[in-house]
Amino acid sequence: MAGNIRLEVVTPEKSVVSEDVKIVVAPGNLGDFGILIGHTPFLSTLKVGSLRYIDASNTERYVFISGGFAEALPDKLTVLAESAERRRDIDIQRAKTSLERAQKRLADISKKEDFDFMRVRASLERALHRLKLSGSRA
Amino acid sequence: MATLKDVLIKIGAVKKTKQITKAMGMVATSKLRGAQQNLDGFRPYAGKFAEVLGSLAEKAGEGASPLLVPREEVKKINIVLCTSDRGLCGGFNVNLITAANNFVKERSEQEVDISFTNFGKKGRDWCRKNKMQIDSEQLGIVGAKFGFNVASTAGQKLVDGFLYETYDEVYVVYSEFVSMARQIATVKQLLPIPPIETAEEEEVDTDKPYQAEHICEPSPKELLGDLLPRHVYVQLYSALLETSTSEHAARMAAMDNATTACDDMVDSLTLAYNKARQAAITAELMDIVGGAEALKG
Repeated sequence: MAGNIRLEVVTPEKSVVSEDVKIVVAPGNLGDFGILIGHTPFLSTLKVGSLRYIDASNTERYVFISGGFAEALPDKLTVLAESAERRRDIDIQRAKTSLERAQKRLADISKKEDFDFMRVRASLERALHRLKLSGSRA
Repeated sequence: MATLKDVLIKIGAVKKTKQITKAMGMVATSKLRGAQQNLDGFRPYAGKFAEVLGSLAEKAGEGASPLLVPREEVKKINIVLCTSDRGLCGGFNVNLITAANNFVKERSEQEVDISFTNFGKKGRDWCRKNKMQIDSEQLGIVGAKFGFNVASTAGQKLVDGFLYETYDEVYVVYSEFVSMARQIATVKQLLPIPPIETAEEEEVDTDKPYQAEHICEPSPKELLGDLLPRHVYVQLYSALLETSTSEHAARMAAMDNATTACDDMVDSLTLAYNKARQAAITAELMDIVGGAEALKG
C-alpha cells in the first residue's frame, strides 16, 4: 500500500472519526465499495450498515452508519451520515428497545390506517444493524 | 414621601430581584456554551454538505428535481416560525414575530393562504392570538438539547407537503446568531430550494488542484434527488441551532442589563434612604437644640 488515506466521518452533531487509515470499506447503496489512497473522485449514497476500516496500526475497526453519503478524493474520504457510532459506542440497550418497539408496531400493522411503514422499517433496520455490529465483537 | 422603612423594604426587594436575574444570566451563559458547541459541531457537516451539493447541482443541470422548481402560481405558503419557549430574553421573540408578521402582511396582498409550523411556545401563542392557521407545533426544542432527527422529521413533513402541493412555498423565520451582541431575525426560503451557490472557483483552483469530475453512484440526478431533501433538513437544523444559540445569548444580555439596572436602583435607593435618615436626625437635633435653648432662656 502506497500510503494512508484520511477518513472523516461527520454527523450533524459531531465528528466521529478523523484519522489516517489504510483502507475503508463503505456500504454504498449499490453495493459495498473499498477505498484506498489515490482513488478517483467518487460520490455515492450510503445505506444503513457498517463501515469498516483498517487503521494505521493494522487494527480493523467498525463504525455504524445510518445512511448518508460519501465523497472520496485521492487523499481523503468524507462520510456524511445522519448518525454514526463507533462499535464500542453503540448503545445496545437503546437499540434493543427500539427493535422491540419497531417489531411491535409491525405486529399492530392492521390496526392503524395511517401507518408509516417506511419509518418503522428504517428504524427496524437501524436497530438490527446496530445490534449485529455490537454483537460481532466476540 | 416614603418612610424610612418603606425604602428599606424596597432595597431588599430589588436585591432579591438582582439575585434572580444574576442566576438566570449565569444559567443562560452555561447553556449558551452548550449551544455554541452544537453549532460548532455542526459546521463541518454543513460546510461539506454545501460543497458536495454545489458541485453536484452544477452537473445535474436545471430541473433535476421537483424540489428546485418554483411554482407558477403561489397559493399556499407555510412559514416555519422558530421562537423560544420562554420569555425574559429582551426583544428576542418580538423581533422574530415582527419579522414573521411583516412577511405575512407583505404576502397577504397577493391573496395567499398562510399556515404556520411552530417551533417554540412564544410564536405559537402569537399565531393563536392572531387566528393564524397552525399546521404543527413543537415545543421544548428551541433552547434545549435536540438531535438532527427533530429537523429531519419536521423537514420531511415540509418536503412531502411541497411535493403533494399542500404548500407552494415554505419559508423559515429564525434568529441568526451573528455574535454575542447581535442576533438578527431572518426570513429564508426553504422550498422550492433557491439556486444553490456553487463553490468559489478560486478556492477550487488553489486548494484542490486535482478536483476532477466525480464518478457518481447512482447517477448525479438520483444522487441529487437523495441529497436535496437532506439539504432542507440541514437548513432547518441550522436554523434551529442558530435560534437556540441566539435565545441564550439574548437572555444573557437581557439578564446582564437587568442586573446592572438592579445595581443602579439599589444605589439610588440607598442614597434616598441615607438622605431621609440624615434629614430625620437633623430634625431631631434641631428639636433638642431648640428645646435646650428654650430651657436656658
